[in-house]
Amino acid sequence: MSLGLSEVEWAALTLSLKVSAWAVVISLPPAIAVAWVLARKRFPGKALLSALVHLPLVLPPVVTGYLLLLTFGMNGVLGRLLADWGIVLAFRWTGAALAAGIMGFPLMVRAIRLAIEAVDPKLEDAAETLGAGRAARFRTVTLPLIAPGILAGVVLGFAKAMGEFGATITFVANIPGETQTLPSAIYAFLQVPGGEDSAVRLVILAIIVALGAVLMSEWLARRLARRIGQEPPR
Amino acid sequence: MSLGVEVRHRFPGLDLDVAFAAGPGVTALFGPSGAGKSSVVNAIAGLLRPDGGRIALGDSVVFDADRGVHVPAAQRRIGYVFQDGRLFPHMTVAANIGYGARFAKGGLDRAEMGRVVELLGLEALLERRPNTLSGGEKQRVALARAWLSRPRLLLMDEPLAALDEPRKDEIFPYLERLRDVAQVPIVYVSHNLAEVARLADELVVMQRGQVVLSGRAEAVLSDPKALPLVGVREAGAILPAQVAEQGADGLSRLTLSGGELLLPGVSAPEGSTIRLRVLAQDVLLSRAAPEGLSSHNVLPVEVVALHRGMGPGVAVQLRAGRDVFLARITQRAATELRIAPGMTCFAILNATAIPRGSIGGAAG
Repeated sequence: MSLGLSEVEWAALTLSLKVSAWAVVISLPPAIAVAWVLARKRFPGKALLSALVHLPLVLPPVVTGYLLLLTFGMNGVLGRLLADWGIVLAFRWTGAALAAGIMGFPLMVRAIRLAIEAVDPKLEDAAETLGAGRAARFRTVTLPLIAPGILAGVVLGFAKAMGEFGATITFVANIPGETQTLPSAIYAFLQVPGGEDSAVRLVILAIIVALGAVLMSEWLARRLARRIGQEPPR
Repeated sequence: MSLGVEVRHRFPGLDLDVAFAAGPGVTALFGPSGAGKSSVVNAIAGLLRPDGGRIALGDSVVFDADRGVHVPAAQRRIGYVFQDGRLFPHMTVAANIGYGARFAKGGLDRAEMGRVVELLGLEALLERRPNTLSGGEKQRVALARAWLSRPRLLLMDEPLAALDEPRKDEIFPYLERLRDVAQVPIVYVSHNLAEVARLADELVVMQRGQVVLSGRAEAVLSDPKALPLVGVREAGAILPAQVAEQGADGLSRLTLSGGELLLPGVSAPEGSTIRLRVLAQDVLLSRAAPEGLSSHNVLPVEVVALHRGMGPGVAVQLRAGRDVFLARITQRAATELRIAPGMTCFAILNATAIPRGSIGGAAG
């Protein structure tokens, strides 16, 4: 117990931070890859891929959660496969991270795709004539130039993960200490008589975390902009 | 090392089919916009994979359509200076010019970098970001960056086109210095004949995807057939001249193989060899040795050939000593003076009419 929080409240806060951090970590590499493909490649079915990526944004979260349960549940196709490997997602915090990651995925892809589209491919051509192979070009030219977009995507993804409720509660339920994230805990406290005090404390915490994340990203964005030789946003 | 180029490629609206060779020195690809010049250099660089043809640098084949060879641009070691600079905005000038060396064998050669920085006058810019540089400074950095990647060949696609005239004059001496110290062939794309006349050793004239004329720059520029291709107002030969004497009145006495000229605005030291550009429309012809003329620049010449075009003009190819140049006169004048191949006459060159910027060695 600390900060005057009960054990359950504290657990909800730390779990939410852990789930959100993991959600961002696991979805960032595929988000960059998909954003790259959508920004730079032309292929049949590109519109379909784009629509699929955006699906979690427009589907009711409960539907996404239920689909996850069908796929990754103990009786789901992937769920059984993963269970053989010793990985269980349903009703575990890892499942919460997966749900949060998927819900935040379209937001991350959007932000990163915009950043990639803003990078002039001619700069990559220039790097190529200077001897940089594909990986080196990405690492030394593209990645530094899209860093602000990646940062924006990470902040959006993290915020979405912190607030994710519908898919999470459907896929992994609301188990204190295991899958009870901040929003689930607030919801749970509001369901029981005398839980308002806890709910308000958690609401204040949620506001502080969100505000902190936004302020930090603003500060980082300014530093990054200066590093890549662009005027800081005003 | 010499470059052999044979490129065929179909674009919507343009059939590219060119072949040429580029030896040591500067080979200029000259032609109007849309002639396909940039596509040719992109193919040489490896940024464009043509439908057909073969590109070889000495013994090393970098592209051969028949054998399915297409060496990636990153492995060709062909430097490229782009019209728009394309400096990396997130790196300092120093990091930009050192970029290519990361991938070159042996890494960055500090001594070489120091020499190039000094040659291109970049000492004060090294810690700056590209977005704080002027257009001319950016192009100098781009030159240094391409040069320090230790290329086997340098491509320059209109490196001066984005600059205004004063900026061009500022960067030209650096280009000429680079040309003189570079041990590799340079392919220089331009649609500006003054630039080409100043820099090029070899000239390849392109039109609508084809090579229409090529050879030594002096030969092409003094070929009457070239006149309609390069434009009558721009057409003019280049002549080598030696600075014999720098006069106190600001005029320099220049020795050509066929006579002497007095020109203002030549800053090259006595004894040095410079290039003169003589525009065809600035040359008058006279059957008799002119007297009482305000111009001192009269050369005895022999008429080599006449080329009648579509308009009222005639291009007359003249020889003075070993040098060949063109005069553009009217059809009527040619008839009245009975100009014919083999006859001798006198060419009057209006010295002040020769653009200052075109006098090689004058700037800088």
